Amino acid sequence: MTAPVLFDIPGPKARSRIRIGTGIGLLLIVGLLAFVLIRLGNNGQLDSQRWAVLFDPRTGVPQTLWRTLINTLQVAAVGMVVATIVGLLLAVGRLSDHRAVRWIVGLYIEFFRAIPLLVVIFALYFVLPKYGIRPSPFQALAGGLILYNSAVLAEIFRAGILSIDKGQSEAAYGIGMRKWQVMALILLPQATRRMLPVLIAQLVVLLKDSSLGFIISYFELLRGARSLVEFFTPRFGSEYTFQLYVAAGLIYIIVNVLLSTLGRYVEKRTRRNVKNAAAEETELPVDVQMGGGGGVAATT
Amino acid sequence: MQYLADNFDLFRDAFLTTLSLSLLAGLLALVLGTVLAAARVSPIPPLRGLATFYVEVFRNTPLTVVFFFMIFGLPQIDFIVGFFTGAVLSLGLYTAAFVCEAIRSGINAVQAGQAEASRAIGLTFGQSLREVVLPQAFRTVIPPLGNVFIAMVKNSSIAAGFATSELSSLLPRLVNADAGQLTAVLFGVVIAYMIITLPMAFGVHRLERRVAILR
Repeated sequence: MTAPVLFDIPGPKARSRIRIGTGIGLLLIVGLLAFVLIRLGNNGQLDSQRWAVLFDPRTGVPQTLWRTLINTLQVAAVGMVVATIVGLLLAVGRLSDHRAVRWIVGLYIEFFRAIPLLVVIFALYFVLPKYGIRPSPFQALAGGLILYNSAVLAEIFRAGILSIDKGQSEAAYGIGMRKWQVMALILLPQATRRMLPVLIAQLVVLLKDSSLGFIISYFELLRGARSLVEFFTPRFGSEYTFQLYVAAGLIYIIVNVLLSTLGRYVEKRTRRNVKNAAAEETELPVDVQMGGGGGVAATT
Repeated sequence: MQYLADNFDLFRDAFLTTLSLSLLAGLLALVLGTVLAAARVSPIPPLRGLATFYVEVFRNTPLTVVFFFMIFGLPQIDFIVGFFTGAVLSLGLYTAAFVCEAIRSGINAVQAGQAEASRAIGLTFGQSLREVVLPQAFRTVIPPLGNVFIAMVKNSSIAAGFATSELSSLLPRLVNADAGQLTAVLFGVVIAYMIITLPMAFGVHRLERRVAILR
């Protein structure tokens, strides 16, 4: 931490006060932890055999958790790849010379950013079948993730393209390149590299949102844990319920933290590169990081 | 259209549920988020650590998982909350992490000279934060904070998956209607969300212009 601005470098008296505060704070934290642990212990939730079920292949629990993790990653991966491609195309459309294209793409982007992601998924899953198209939970979830995230990614790419120095495209036109060549060979590669940290941050948000599949019974991690609980409860009572839920939640958090760490690593690397200095100021707006359809037309 | 009129009561109740859910969760998030932001810049290390830990955990946890723990996990350790209370708590606790981040960015945006000046005239940490830094920080973060709350209204739709009968839950509940009717419900739901979010966006814009500090 650099020299703090909000408070003086503490003197001896303040230091002792801070030490006391630290002590009380630590005591509170330890006390809270102890309370939770004792509570769990009294319920027998900490018994090692209850947790062992998570790692015992004979129960089928690790296999199910693994399979549902793969399902989660699968839908997220499909969403990431397709949404990125569609987002690129939309960004190019948004910057098109033709007013009609600009207008339609703009409408698409604003519309999907203005409504909750879950409503989009519900629309695909519940309303489309009435018109004879029956998407599977996987397709409805992936479709919703793609529609919403392509709109957000389009805005990110657009900001990246606009941030590139005008001389780049002028020089490209100057040596006789066509419009699509300038976009595909000059602007997009630079914009993508520049926006890479923000792009990865948005892809983490997409991964988080894939948990919405739980609600339309896509067999992702949470649904997997829930179905295991429903399988165990009639046989052994709710003995393993808590452990399974904690495991599913923890796996989600770990995967997300890993991806975020990757994002920060990439950001550091791009920052070292002088050419991409612009990446320093780009960060995903807080509301977009919230997922579930964050960000609204209002700011534009 | 006729179908929407027939189910007006259902729509009104769902709309009010979404509204009250958002209001209560928003209040919780604002208060908790401000406290967390203050803790993150405070001189006491465990407070900083605790607030940072809270924010990191909630930022990396999908909101669905938070709901899941609140509704299915907590009863396992003998805390039983109702569906609506659980939804308010999940949404509020989750949003608080983002409110904290927004306010912290505002605190960082307040010029160092302001905090230095308030220290120079002898204000304590609490005083300088309350009297000098936070009032300015709040003004600069009105747009991002407003967007956080608009996103929160949209996130409240996740409560539909956990037995709260708010707006989005109308779609699965009325799924037996025919094609035209269900499409009308979909449009009704979309418009109902916009009835909440668009005035919010407008209000944020007005407020921003009103209290903006010219630097």
